[in-house]
Amino acid sequence: MNIASYNFAYLDEQTKRMIRRAILKAIAIPGYQVPFASREMPMPYGWGTGGVQVTAAIIGPNDVLKVIDQGADDTTNAVSIRAFFQKVANVAVTTKTGDASIIQTRHRIPEKPLGQGQVLVYQVPIPEPLRFLEPRETETRKMHALEEYGLMHVKLYEDIARHGRIATSYAYPVKVEGRYVMDPSPTPKFDNPKMHMSPALQLFGAGREKRIYAVPPFTDVVSLDFEDHPFEIQTFTEPCALCGSTGVYLDEVILDDRGGRMFVCSDTDHCEECRDEH
Amino acid sequence: MSTDTIEDAPLLKVAGVSKFYGSRIGCENVSFELWPGEVLAIVGESGSGKTTLLNCMATRLNPSSGTVYYRMRDETFRDIYRMGEAERRLLMRTDWGFVHQNPADGLRMTVSAGANVGERLMAVGERHYGEIRASAIDWLGRVEIAGDRVDDEPRAFSGGMRQRLQIARNLVTRPRLIFMDEPTGGLDVSVQARLLDLLRGLVGELGLSAIVVTHDLAVARLISHRMMVMKDGRVVEHGLTDRVLDDPQAPYTQLLVSSILQV
Amino acid sequence: MPTPLVVHDVAKTFTMHVRGGVRLPVVENVSFSLKTGECAVLGGPSGVGKSSILKMVYGNYAVDTGEIIVKHRDALIDVARADPRTVLSIRRETIGYVSQFLRVVPRVGALDIVAEPLVERGMPRDAARERASVLLARLNLPERLWHLPPATFSGGEQQRVNIARGFITDHAVLLLDEPTASLDAVNRQVVIDMIEEKKTAGVALLGIFHDADVRERVADRMVDVSAFAPARAA
Repeated sequence: MNIASYNFAYLDEQTKRMIRRAILKAIAIPGYQVPFASREMPMPYGWGTGGVQVTAAIIGPNDVLKVIDQGADDTTNAVSIRAFFQKVANVAVTTKTGDASIIQTRHRIPEKPLGQGQVLVYQVPIPEPLRFLEPRETETRKMHALEEYGLMHVKLYEDIARHGRIATSYAYPVKVEGRYVMDPSPTPKFDNPKMHMSPALQLFGAGREKRIYAVPPFTDVVSLDFEDHPFEIQTFTEPCALCGSTGVYLDEVILDDRGGRMFVCSDTDHCEECRDEH
Repeated sequence: MSTDTIEDAPLLKVAGVSKFYGSRIGCENVSFELWPGEVLAIVGESGSGKTTLLNCMATRLNPSSGTVYYRMRDETFRDIYRMGEAERRLLMRTDWGFVHQNPADGLRMTVSAGANVGERLMAVGERHYGEIRASAIDWLGRVEIAGDRVDDEPRAFSGGMRQRLQIARNLVTRPRLIFMDEPTGGLDVSVQARLLDLLRGLVGELGLSAIVVTHDLAVARLISHRMMVMKDGRVVEHGLTDRVLDDPQAPYTQLLVSSILQV
Repeated sequence: MPTPLVVHDVAKTFTMHVRGGVRLPVVENVSFSLKTGECAVLGGPSGVGKSSILKMVYGNYAVDTGEIIVKHRDALIDVARADPRTVLSIRRETIGYVSQFLRVVPRVGALDIVAEPLVERGMPRDAARERASVLLARLNLPERLWHLPPATFSGGEQQRVNIARGFITDHAVLLLDEPTASLDAVNRQVVIDMIEEKKTAGVALLGIFHDADVRERVADRMVDVSAFAPARAA
């Protein structure tokens, strides 16, 4: 196929400008969901159309792209999106977190701390954290506008009432820069502390819901909680079965039909790097 | 009612409130004052404009003309239609309450009773789960719902219990003014009696002011101090509840009173 | 002697709108006053308007013309023109009323019904109940009934609850509408004694007593309501 038949990075320049304006507004109002005219992309909704549009709008010929799906560089979604941008933007790609200038992610934040100049692009299925209890979009927008966030705690209250603790383990709501309550996309709450004061720019794209929001570098991101039930991240008793790392997020891998299983790093790049060091 | 209410100021001042739906009258030129600790019943048949009037005062509807002044906790009178929306909504979920006829309209049916009662506390910034839950259990007790139902969803409650839960949910922030739209409307007679008695007790104990819309004159007699009779959007009679019921002056009130079934 | 209540030139007509606007004049030119420590009794045949006068004084019936002046909180107030809040305030502090029938409130026990006027005036509930139980005991209401709602009580039992509720406060004016109608001789005597005590305490009483014997014993003065019959009445 002839690459020249695509505009650079698939989207036309007018669309990119429109998306960039939305991104700039999102950066200016941390945590606020900016509506944008989401385009049809050559992949189904739920496969990261929001993240892909954000990436397409910000990527340049000199960028180095990394794409992860649940922490892994080698799963279908990650491979497809990486191949997509190789084809339509002809950019360099990597699996190494430290080498990437743009990291598009589905539901994880890499274990290696991000640095200044890096951009993390999240794929977001449902951007509205209040939707669980208030289905009306007109009402949730008003609640954001008036900072009426009692409902968020109702959700956490229900968790404790039912499970004895806050059982929400992913898409755990955060308050950004002391103002907007934001859904961090379905990342495990293990990753929430990494968002706080991160030197990297974090952009969130929801294609089906046509919303973009952002956490600029060095922004306050606080996970909601109760005084007597403070926010806690998941902990794992065993180290990674492959690389021996501790203090990282682990995936459970089923080994056989007899109950055999092991826990390994969800971040494949981190796991490989650790094993190389040993 | 406390003993020293004669000299102090009204809580609500309603002046010339009208609501038109095109050329049709919702309610026309209604004026009254509501005093602290006072319960006002608005009675009339369906379509008389009583619910329209209630909604105008509770800022659920914008009146076509007229003013409603409310005495804030800092003792200043504020026109509730000139308040910013943020302030008005804060007022509505702290200093006011609204009890709907259908409890499902005033409750979150998919969260527990405790969370329903605790929501207003969390909305005003309470962040201690144990204390919020303790308040919820305390308020469930005051409306005669056993504490062990705190984690049940209202879907599992009877109609009377749901209505009592709705009342607890409204009272937890200790509001000064409660609006009620046919609070005993869909309930069995025996359940009604219990709810009315409970309301009567809470109103007295907390010194609440209330505006209660009802078509049931027995309800009005039992819980209100003062009564306003509406017909075709206008107030036809207004006065002390037992005076209006025992010596009605307006032809329509006489008809209404004489239509009650005696048991 | 102080005069806590003055009724001046009061007239009352019922207009029955549901019966084509028929006008039923009840009383006119009603004028009398009440002094502290006396019991005035409204006299005259039944249907002459005795109860209507009591109800007007209590603010329960509207007054067409005339004035009903009561001394309330060191001010003279016209009950006939007072707003609902003022009438309620007068009832709470100045004018008490023992009606002919008890209006029962669902689920509220007899003791609390009797104690309620004191609680409304700010007395702690326990102290008010204590006072209520003294009165109920004096009126020989069996103690097993005290915590039950009076809906199922006999007429005499309900009447005694009603009397206790009316007598428990120290209102300056007390209106009595047939308080002894359904009582036996023993309890009738208790009520007569209680009325005497109110008089000694300086309360002005205005009553209707069907029972001639009771009337003779408590009345200091008769107010003949027949004299206020409307001129046009048959």
